[in-house]
Amino acid sequence: MMLEAKNVHKGFDGIGVLKGIDLQVNKGDVVAILGPSGSGKTTLLRCLNFLERADQGELIFDGEHFDLHSATNREIARIRTKTAFVFQNYNLFLNQTVLQNVTLGLVTGGHMHRSEANDIAMAALERVGMADKIHSYPNMLSGGQQQRVAIARGLASSPEIIYFDEPTSALDPELIGEVLSVMRQLAEEGMTMLVVTHEMEFARNVSNKVVFMEGGYIIESGPSKEFFEHPKEERSAQFINTILNKE
Amino acid sequence: MNERLWEILVDSFPKLLLYGAKVTIPLTAMSFALALVIAVIVAMIQYADVKVLRQLCRFYIWIVRGTPLLVQLYLVFYGLPQIGIKLNAYPTAVLVFGLNEGAYMAESMRGALEAVPKGQLEAGYCVRMNYLQIMQHIVLPQAFRIAFPALSNSLISMTKGTSLAATITVTEMFREAQVINGRVYESLGLYTEVALIYLLFCTFLTFLQRWGEKKLNSYGGIKA
Repeated sequence: MMLEAKNVHKGFDGIGVLKGIDLQVNKGDVVAILGPSGSGKTTLLRCLNFLERADQGELIFDGEHFDLHSATNREIARIRTKTAFVFQNYNLFLNQTVLQNVTLGLVTGGHMHRSEANDIAMAALERVGMADKIHSYPNMLSGGQQQRVAIARGLASSPEIIYFDEPTSALDPELIGEVLSVMRQLAEEGMTMLVVTHEMEFARNVSNKVVFMEGGYIIESGPSKEFFEHPKEERSAQFINTILNKE
Repeated sequence: MNERLWEILVDSFPKLLLYGAKVTIPLTAMSFALALVIAVIVAMIQYADVKVLRQLCRFYIWIVRGTPLLVQLYLVFYGLPQIGIKLNAYPTAVLVFGLNEGAYMAESMRGALEAVPKGQLEAGYCVRMNYLQIMQHIVLPQAFRIAFPALSNSLISMTKGTSLAATITVTEMFREAQVINGRVYESLGLYTEVALIYLLFCTFLTFLQRWGEKKLNSYGGIKA
């Protein structure tokens, strides 16, 4: 097992958002985290990468144990050498070009030589089809293009897992496809991915595992096909029906 | 306009301009540089919420913004020698102007830092940069763009404000106008002339600001 989270709790101002989450991810898994708004999906993802401090919980990554509440800065830095994070609103560095967005972390955080970083960045940008825009600034790009650059930025550091936090939720409908197709391609190449999403089609056909959350709990988790065709919990079935009817 | 006044104005113009170039501009430049350093440090301490230092920064801003610049100049130049701290007039002016405008600029910078989207910092952490690297490469450059109009305001205000140095014996452009006036008694003409030279300087700075903003916007701007 590559990643295991145990008993993750998190509250904001005394209101519980995560109430004891257990999660396992194997190498090569594409896990879709589904659930209604406010169910704690994003918070879970952010806790796993220490963008939020959980109140309690344990993370086992490649056999190494980390306390999600009290990990040291050094431990957090070590976790982040293995992970990449793709945000809902891209969060590209606004004052940097596309190329610099991908190389900056490698050069400053990773102490890599600039020419090597450029090579890696170009390869990553080619993978997401953005190699022809390397001198553009983020706000010259469409949302879909920005998100693809953000994915390239994540890929450049050769992570073991990429966390996606609703990567298509801020996009215009006609731009969602280009981002999903990059994600699909990564999945086919065997990248381990943990994806908070509302894209049912992606969850059903690309991810191999689904985690359904509501109210801070995991209601059901299992293989995607099983989840969509034979949901075990009544609440899961309701959710699937509501979403599919909407589509 | 009579011939005598015209002659006085033509005669004094290069002298005033010379003092402007020799004293007012360097005095402004040095004071502004000092103010900028203070502003960035004070703003960053507050942004990072460094415990005790943060209180000190608020105290500094409170004192400086709550007392008149003229009083501050007098206090340092005429007051401090009584307890054995004696500075020459010019360094006093640089110090007081720098400390004074620094407090206002620190607030402009703090506002600008807080206006940089928090996601920029988070994205920096996620690509393994540390806090200082993120500040240096991402947050501060963006904050400078946001603060640019406010900082330009400060520079223009300070350019005119340096005329107060005349009150602590620094012979800058306005003091020179006073000296000439003492000889020829043409207050209206001479003070109008010196006002126009200040206006000229500030007009130049206004153009510089406009150029700077255009230049900064060509880097893709700052809007999220």
